[in-house]
Amino acid sequence: MTDMTAGKSGEVLTTRDGTPLKAALAKALRREKMRAILLIAPLLVFVLLTFIAPIADMLFRSVENQIVEETLPSTVQALGTWNPDEQEIPDEPVFEALFQDMKVAVKEKTHTQVGSRLNYESPGISSLFRKTGRQIRRMDEGDYKAQFLDADKRWGEANVWKTIKQFSPTYTDGYFLSAVDRKRSDTGIEAKPEREQIYIFLFWRTLFMSMVITFTCILLGYPIAFLLANLPLRTSNILMILVLLPFWTSLLVRTSAWKVLLQQQGVINETLYQLGLVADDGRLELINNQTGTIIAMTHILLPFMILPLYSVMKTISPSYVRAAKSLGANDWTAFWRVYFPNTVAGIGAGSILVFILSIGYYITPELVGGTSGTFISNRIAYHISSSLNWGLAAALGTILLVVVLVFYWLYDKIVGIDNVKLG
Amino acid sequence: MKLKKLALALTATVFASSAALAEDMTIVSWGGAYSASQNNAYHKPYMEKNPGVNIINDESAAEAVAKLRAMNEAGNVTWDVVDVVAADAIRLCDEGLAMEIDHDSMLAAAPDGTPASKDFGDLVVSECFIPQIVYSTTFGYRTDKVGATPPSDVCAVFDMAAYPGKRALEKRPINNLEWALLCDGVAKDKVYDVLGTPEGVDQALAKLDTIKDDVIWWSAGADTPQLLADGEVVMGSTYNGRLFALIEEQKQPVAMLWDAQVFDLDGWIIPTGLSDERTKRALDYVKFATDTQRLADQAKYISYGPARASSAPLVGKHETLGIDMAPHMPTDPNNAKNTFLYNYEFWADNRDDIDAKFQAWLAK
Repeated sequence: MTDMTAGKSGEVLTTRDGTPLKAALAKALRREKMRAILLIAPLLVFVLLTFIAPIADMLFRSVENQIVEETLPSTVQALGTWNPDEQEIPDEPVFEALFQDMKVAVKEKTHTQVGSRLNYESPGISSLFRKTGRQIRRMDEGDYKAQFLDADKRWGEANVWKTIKQFSPTYTDGYFLSAVDRKRSDTGIEAKPEREQIYIFLFWRTLFMSMVITFTCILLGYPIAFLLANLPLRTSNILMILVLLPFWTSLLVRTSAWKVLLQQQGVINETLYQLGLVADDGRLELINNQTGTIIAMTHILLPFMILPLYSVMKTISPSYVRAAKSLGANDWTAFWRVYFPNTVAGIGAGSILVFILSIGYYITPELVGGTSGTFISNRIAYHISSSLNWGLAAALGTILLVVVLVFYWLYDKIVGIDNVKLG
Repeated sequence: MKLKKLALALTATVFASSAALAEDMTIVSWGGAYSASQNNAYHKPYMEKNPGVNIINDESAAEAVAKLRAMNEAGNVTWDVVDVVAADAIRLCDEGLAMEIDHDSMLAAAPDGTPASKDFGDLVVSECFIPQIVYSTTFGYRTDKVGATPPSDVCAVFDMAAYPGKRALEKRPINNLEWALLCDGVAKDKVYDVLGTPEGVDQALAKLDTIKDDVIWWSAGADTPQLLADGEVVMGSTYNGRLFALIEEQKQPVAMLWDAQVFDLDGWIIPTGLSDERTKRALDYVKFATDTQRLADQAKYISYGPARASSAPLVGKHETLGIDMAPHMPTDPNNAKNTFLYNYEFWADNRDDIDAKFQAWLAK
């Protein structure tokens, strides 16, 4: 379409209608790009609305803390001048502000919400707010301090006021500190007492067990994938069905099946006992501990290792190994020096799939993990559905997400994400 | 033209079905035998009386608090009536997620005219809570695995010498810590005073430490009956109705250890944020379902005690087994010689704190 005007060098190339060629080209490209974006727009909007936005909203809860300031605005303001080092408990103006705030809050029934929020930080505040809320209607004007102390003597404890003051800002790092077993005290950030530390330990355990599960999946999956790729079609098809059938079975069914197999009066222990391999009181503990979680999760995640491995192995030409052997390599050398390096991409893909899936696994550890085989995700679920401490759950979830991203980045640095082949 | 007709027809169907939906009422409960008992005692007679209403059973009571909070935030509450334990009712009330009830004006009086609030008595533990049943968390044991002297005392749970074998305990501090303190020599009326101190929690956990290696921790009410039936545990705690089903319906070699059973309450709440019309319907249902006769009827299907004083004399025989239900009620004088009442206030305050310690203890 373009017409090169024959002329002096340096003259701008234009299309026939006179627009510069560069601009016309850019315009055409832009139109193409727009068309591409329009094509993926429905998916993009869908993912943004139903996936990214809810996740972002949930993660945001890990720092959000408007409730105290919104419900007790004048108290928070009045507390601004209170210094716990100089004064045991605040003066009358603060109590008066609290009275005004509580009067509004009780009418709107939000005082108990603040109570529950602050109860996460200091046990007892929940009932303090509930109890005081019931009495607020009966309070008279004047001498609020005495009346509040009369309603509940805990209003005379410095700790209650410190908690309110500490958690009055709109944003808080309190949830993140809790999520790494830390808390803020008078002197700064310090570790929680040892018997209350749990999350860091659980993060480590989750990582450790996910690695063990990934490793056992490689160990078990590699030979199967090799057979799948190298057996004659008829046999390998049957084998493939055996791999896929459990893959298509409900997760809960498979986990429950493991319960039947692994428990102390279960199939495996009973068989061993009948064979005389274990004594009746020495039955193996295979479930409700780490062993149970590792066995059940290895089984459940195995297809995610086998399938990428298989698809990579399928593309390796048998002539490579034959060539190696004809050049004098024995079986092992031919496998290790020629075949294995070609499958690393598959191992990488499988490992990354299994590892990332298992790090966030929830239902299987819950059912077969007992107490020593549960993951951090079980605590997140607990805080979402039972304790309702969504802020803490969000903080734990954010950390988990960051850990996964860090592992992904590390993997990319070490192995290179371009080397991952899913097929 | 054809397309237009089709579109019209489609719109018509959509409208018709949404009109039908308007009469649906979603009632959330616990599933299993419990929902079945409610279905027989409440839902069926209610739907017979009100042919326009179609009751839909949802079995997510275990996650009710979290789900209601999420629904409320999304501004779309799809549940009409929710069955929750009293502790959850208190939390829902605190969070403003459950409606406050005026028990006397909204619920039926007893046949002799006693107002509802008197008939329920102390069981109205929250302004939002409409009591339904009294249940208890207690122990069941395998009669064939405890030797010649079956346990009669809750401290048998901690006695590994006399009753070796695994135990099933609930994976939460509530109840377990109370039992541990009781068996560590703390007087019954001092249990919560002790538990309110950090040393008290340590003392209870230290007592639990003595059996920690032999405990299977359950989180669903159906776990313990299954573990008992499989012979995986010698004794285990669960809800008394589950044990009743295991013993009387499935005829397993299991017996009840009523000692130090912990009473708890279960009942209805009505979510906030419903339209006036739905609230009215929910209230109408609740008024019907918690009257004296209906509560007594439920006891025909499951061994939980009706929450009204006036219902107790009406408790009869099991619908299919034909056995007297009164001796199987947790409130029966023979069973209730030594009981505990769930301390709602204490656990509302200390649950998060003690749970953190308990879970840290469990994980190590």
